Amino acid sequence: MAAITQPGRGTLGEALAGVRKAADSHYGILSWIATVDHKRIGIMYGVTAFVFFLFGGIEALFIRLQLAVPNGGVVDADQYNRIFTMHGTTMVFLVVMPLSAAFFNLMVPLLIGARDVAFPRMNAFSFWVFLAGGLFLNASFFTGDILNGELGAPDAGWFGYAPLTLKQFSPGHGLDFWAFGLLILGVSSMAAGFNFIVTILNMRAPGMTLFRMPLFVWMTLVTSFLIIFAMPVITVALFELLFDRLFDANFFNPAAGGNPLLWQHMFWLFGHPEVYILILPAMGIVSEILPTFSRKPLFGYPFVVFSGVAIGFMSWGVWAHHMYTTGLGSVANSAFGISTILIGVPTGVKIFNWMATLWGGSISLRTPLYFSVGFVGMFTIGGLSGVTHSIVPSDYQQQDTYYVVAHFHYVLFGGAILALFGGIYYWFPKFTGKLLSDGWGQVHFWLMLLGFNLTFFPMHILGLLGMPRRIYTYSEGNGWDLWNLMATVGAFTIAFSVLVFMVNVIVSLRRGKLSGNDPWDGRTLEWAISSPPPAYNFAEIPRVHARDEFWHQKYTEDEQGLPVPVAAAAPAPEDGEHEGGHGIHMPSPSFFPLLAAIGFPLIGLGVIYDYAIAAVGAVVLVVGLYGWALEPATEE
Amino acid sequence: MEHATAVTGNLETSTGIDNKKLLMWLFLGSECLFFGSLIAAYLLYRDRSITGPYPSDLFDIPFTSVSAFVLLMSSVSMVLALAAIQRGNIRSMQVWLFTTAILGVLFVSGQAYEFTVFHREGLSLSQNLFGTTFFVLTGFHGAHVTVGILILLSLFAMSLRGKLTQEKSLNVELAGLYWHFVDIVWIVIFALIYLIQP
Repeated sequence: MAAITQPGRGTLGEALAGVRKAADSHYGILSWIATVDHKRIGIMYGVTAFVFFLFGGIEALFIRLQLAVPNGGVVDADQYNRIFTMHGTTMVFLVVMPLSAAFFNLMVPLLIGARDVAFPRMNAFSFWVFLAGGLFLNASFFTGDILNGELGAPDAGWFGYAPLTLKQFSPGHGLDFWAFGLLILGVSSMAAGFNFIVTILNMRAPGMTLFRMPLFVWMTLVTSFLIIFAMPVITVALFELLFDRLFDANFFNPAAGGNPLLWQHMFWLFGHPEVYILILPAMGIVSEILPTFSRKPLFGYPFVVFSGVAIGFMSWGVWAHHMYTTGLGSVANSAFGISTILIGVPTGVKIFNWMATLWGGSISLRTPLYFSVGFVGMFTIGGLSGVTHSIVPSDYQQQDTYYVVAHFHYVLFGGAILALFGGIYYWFPKFTGKLLSDGWGQVHFWLMLLGFNLTFFPMHILGLLGMPRRIYTYSEGNGWDLWNLMATVGAFTIAFSVLVFMVNVIVSLRRGKLSGNDPWDGRTLEWAISSPPPAYNFAEIPRVHARDEFWHQKYTEDEQGLPVPVAAAAPAPEDGEHEGGHGIHMPSPSFFPLLAAIGFPLIGLGVIYDYAIAAVGAVVLVVGLYGWALEPATEE
Repeated sequence: MEHATAVTGNLETSTGIDNKKLLMWLFLGSECLFFGSLIAAYLLYRDRSITGPYPSDLFDIPFTSVSAFVLLMSSVSMVLALAAIQRGNIRSMQVWLFTTAILGVLFVSGQAYEFTVFHREGLSLSQNLFGTTFFVLTGFHGAHVTVGILILLSLFAMSLRGKLTQEKSLNVELAGLYWHFVDIVWIVIFALIYLIQP
C-alpha cells in the first residue's frame, strides 16, 4: 500500500489512504469496486449479466410484437434490423457468456478447495472490462437520433456478415461500436480464460487430482481453453473489419479483389467453438445438480469428462456447416457434414449419462432438478434439429429460415438458460444463506418451459413453411399467422416467468428460509463450509480423498451399496482458531483493474471520433496496468 | 510466487509450474492463433491484388535480412540477460537487458523506415490487397515488439532502483519468453512473406 500513497503524501495521500481504508473494509460501495474476492466478482458478473438479460429480453419482445400479426407496425425495417442485431449480440456476449463466467467465479475455487483464483486482480479486471464492453456496445443506440426513433445500434445481425458490415452499406457508427465492443469483451473473456485454466491446473487442494474434480470444473477448463484459442480469431476478424471501415482497407472489399467469405470463415472458426463455450458450462452445472438430487454419483464420470474434452477438440472442425450454401463444393460440404454428425456422438453420450444418473436414484423433486431435467429434454430436441442441419441437402432447405432460429433457441435457451437458472436455484443458498422459494421456483419453471415451447416450437413449422429469418414483416396468406401469434404469446409468457423469478429472489432474500451449510445434502466441497462462505473460503485447505469428497465425509456404504451416515458426520465447520480469518493473508483490494478497464472504451471512442480521446484512454490503460504491476498483491 | 502462497496456503502449485509462467505459456498459445489468422489472411490474398505495387516491386531482401538478423541477435542478448540474473550478476543483466531493448528499437526503426519507403512508392492500406494485408500483419508484429521493448525498459528501470533481484529472476524469464515468441513470429513472417514468393 505504502508504494501507492507515498508519492502524493499531503492531502492527496491522505485522501487516498481514506479511500483505501474504505476499500479494505467489507461493507460499502468502495469495497465492492475494489474487491478482488472471487465470490463478490461472481455476484457482480451475475447481476450485471441479468440486467443485460432484461435488455436482450425487451429487444426480443419488440421483435415478437412486430411479428405478432402480418404487416405489423410496431417498428420499421431499419429499427427492426438494429433490434434483432442487438438482441443476438446481447444474449450471446452479454448474457450467456458472463452468466457462465459468474458461475466460474463463484464456484471454481470452492469446488477445488482453493481460497481464490490464481490471479484475483486479473479477475476483477475481467469483470470491469466486461462491464465496460457491455456499456460501450449498448451506447451504440445513442449514436443515432434516438429521440426521433432513429436507433444507432449495429444492423448487420449478430454474426455481422461482410459486405453488409462495410461502410457503404452501414454508414453510421453502429457497427464501429459493435466491432470495438466485441474486441473489448474479448479482452475480458480471454483474461478470464487464462485465469481459470491456471486456477484449475495449479490451485487444486491436496488430493484433488484431475479425475476427482467435479464435472463443472472440468467443463470450465475445456471452455476456458476454447475461449483462449477462439477469441484471437474473432479479434483478428474484428480488427480487419475496423480497418476496412475506418481506414479504407480492403479485407472484405470485392472491388479490390477482397473476399467477403473470409469473414464467414473467420467468424465461424471462432463461432462454432463459441457455441460450445456457451453450452459446456451449462452441461457442467447440470452434471452437478443431477447427482445431488438423485443421491447417486454421476453415471460414467470418465465418459462425461472425455465427451466434454472430445467436444472441445471437435468443435474446431465443424465451422463450415454454417456455410453449406456459400458454394464450398461437395467435398468440403460432405467433410463438414460428417464431422458435424460425429460431434453429436459425445453429446449423445452425455445425454445418456445424465438419464442413467437419474435412473434408480432416490429423486428429490426440487426446483434445480426441474430445470436440469428441462435442460436435458429441451437440449435433446435442439440437438436433434441440429443433426438435421448437418445433412447438407436438408440444410439447403433450412438455411436462413425460422427452422434455424428454432434450433439455436432450443440449445441456447432451452439448453444454456434453463441450466443457468437451475444453477441459480442450486447455489443461491450457498451465497446468501437463504433458500429461494421452491413453490415459486416451480411456478417459474413451468411458466418458462411452457412459454419457451410456445415461442420456439412453432418456429420449426414456420421455417419449414418457408418463413425467412430477419424479415421485419410479412403479409397474410402464407399460413404463417397462427404460428407467429403463438410465438408472441409464448414470448410474453417467458417474460412473465422471469418476473416471477425476480419476485422470488427479492422475497427470498428478505424472508427466505435459512439454508444452513448443506441444504441439498450435497456432494462437493462448497457444502462443507458456511453459507455465505467467509472471504477466505476454507479456514484450513481441505485434503481430498475421493471424487464427491464431501459425500464421502458424510456417508459410507453398506453391503448393498446403499449410503449409511458416518457416525460423527463431517468435522464441525472449521473456524475456531481462525475466527474471523485472522492470520490468513488474502489478496488486497485494488482500484487499478477498474482504472485499466476504463481505458478500453475511451480508446474505442477515440478511434471512432477523435484520437485525442484515444490518447487519454491509452494513458489511463497504461497507468492502470503499471499501478497494478507495481502494487504488491498482498499486504506484507 | 509469494502471491500464490498467500492465497493457497500451499508452497507448491498443483502442477509444480509457477502460476505466472503457466499464464505466459497460455498467452503465447493464444497469440499463435492471433498471428496465425493474420498470416492466413495474407497468404489467402497473395497474388490477388488487382493493382500494384506488388511485393516484388518493393521488397528489399538484403535490408530486411539485416533487420531480421538484428532481431535474432536480440534473442541472444535476452538469453544472456536471464543467465546473468540467475547467476546473481545484476550489472551484467542490466547491460544485456538494455542491449536487447536497443536491438528491438533498431528493428522497429527499420520497420518504420521500410513502411515509409513503401508508402512513398505508392503502397498504402487502401491501395490494394497487398497493402492491406502487409501493413496490418507486420504492423501488429511491430506493435508486439514495441510492447516488448516497453517491458524490457520497465525491467531495466526496476533494476536501476534495485528492485530486480536474483529471487525475482522469473520476471526476466517471462519477458524473455514473450521476446523469443515475438522473434519466432518474425522468422515465420520473414520466411513466408519475404523469402518464399511464388
